[in-house]
Amino acid sequence: MPYAMPYAPGLFAVAALLLWEAAVRLTGVPSYLVPGPVAIIGAFLADPSTLLLSLLSTLSVTFAALIAAALLGVLLALAIAASRLLAAAIQPWAVVLQVTPIVAIAPLIIVWVGDPFVSLVVCATIVAFFPVFANTAAGLASAPAELVDLFRLYGASRVKTLWLLRLPAALPFFLAGLRISGGLALVGAVVAEFVAGSGGFASGLAYRILEAGYRLQVPRMFAALVLLSLTGIALNLALGALTRVVLRNR
Amino acid sequence: MPPPELLRIEAVGRRFAGGVEALRDVALTIGAGDFVALLGPSGCGKSTLLRLIAGLDLPDGGALTWQEGHAPGLGEIGFVFQDATLLPWASTEDNVYLPLRLRGVPRPRAMDDVQAALTRVGLTGFERARPAQLSGGMRMRVSIARALVTRPRLLLMDEPFAALDEFTRHRLQVDLLALWQSLGCTVVFVTHSIYEAAFLAQRIVLMTPRPGRIATELASDLASGPDRRLDPAYAALVAAVTRAMEGALAA
Repeated sequence: MPYAMPYAPGLFAVAALLLWEAAVRLTGVPSYLVPGPVAIIGAFLADPSTLLLSLLSTLSVTFAALIAAALLGVLLALAIAASRLLAAAIQPWAVVLQVTPIVAIAPLIIVWVGDPFVSLVVCATIVAFFPVFANTAAGLASAPAELVDLFRLYGASRVKTLWLLRLPAALPFFLAGLRISGGLALVGAVVAEFVAGSGGFASGLAYRILEAGYRLQVPRMFAALVLLSLTGIALNLALGALTRVVLRNR
Repeated sequence: MPPPELLRIEAVGRRFAGGVEALRDVALTIGAGDFVALLGPSGCGKSTLLRLIAGLDLPDGGALTWQEGHAPGLGEIGFVFQDATLLPWASTEDNVYLPLRLRGVPRPRAMDDVQAALTRVGLTGFERARPAQLSGGMRMRVSIARALVTRPRLLLMDEPFAALDEFTRHRLQVDLLALWQSLGCTVVFVTHSIYEAAFLAQRIVLMTPRPGRIATELASDLASGPDRRLDPAYAALVAAVTRAMEGALAA
């Protein structure tokens, strides 16, 4: 039944949810240990505005971080494409940034930056930065040598070569990096919110998860978690759609 | 009377950073309007020689001297690579416009030249197509149109048809010959095919590998026109080039 293909993920989800609900009811597990889907939806509907406002807060951190990571990533990729010295100077530190666990440095950043929103954005940017930077750098270097020669033959300036050859060649790489960075920006925002939240700063869905955990409101915890997953999926799909629109003529 | 000299290459050598000696003591004179084939096996430095002529690389020794007052300016050399090397995101028209765009010619003013170049290679009607929508042969035609759009005096071609199927290659060879005869520009054509060199060129320059040297040169006096391939003189020329090649490689 190949025509059932597009519905397969949805059908699987419905089947899994039904099984989950049935298992919870049949075994009689209390909802503060494992809530069923109905209890989770109930927890969301009991107080949707707080959760949705928190989602909005997490989303604004995510988008701000994604934009910052994209700008920073492209700028640094341009810098290392322009100069070998800069490449040698910058590249190792970009890797250091990538391998440093954000949980370990988030408390410092929050203390140093002061402003809660900005410090969350800084943390999420650090997490999201690397894929868009590394991909754009690879893309800028991906223009075929013959085309670079052709531009030289016609006396093209570096700026023209960048604008007419290297940047368009880097675009698919940049978009692929952006898609990975999008998911990471959300993860980074949530991690930073957890750290900030345990310091008493209330914001975002991660804080709601923390708060509900303290109060043993496990269904509400799950509701916040589901909202986060749905956000991640939507973000991924949106960036995928953006890629298709931008590259539709290639 | 021989044609006026366009370029004199004397005692040119080129050794790469890795120690590979690509060319040694190459001497060659290219006359204005010549069709010269550089023929030789892979690794004989023929592409390196082409890049030196284009100014994309510099010789370690020797000299390339252009005819007094005729050193080619920007856009006076057209280059066609083995791959079509088109911008995949740009239409046929924009790919052909590229050399003029790099010179700063505004688009509306360039369009007549772009159209003329596309007509010359038989691609009218494909202005809006992207490279991915074209066949290999058509992509190569776009690449040739791009090289012709600046009306170059010298056209350098680096095994342009090597990656095409034989039928497409035949057609493009016939069309290139007609183009050369109507444009009157100078062509230096790198190939490893004896048949291609014999069909196209007036002068066939044989090169031997590592380090690349010019072994000998053969002149062609085939009647002009696409029926050359059926001319018994063509078969004789192929035989002569084959014998010369075997001699050069055995030496």
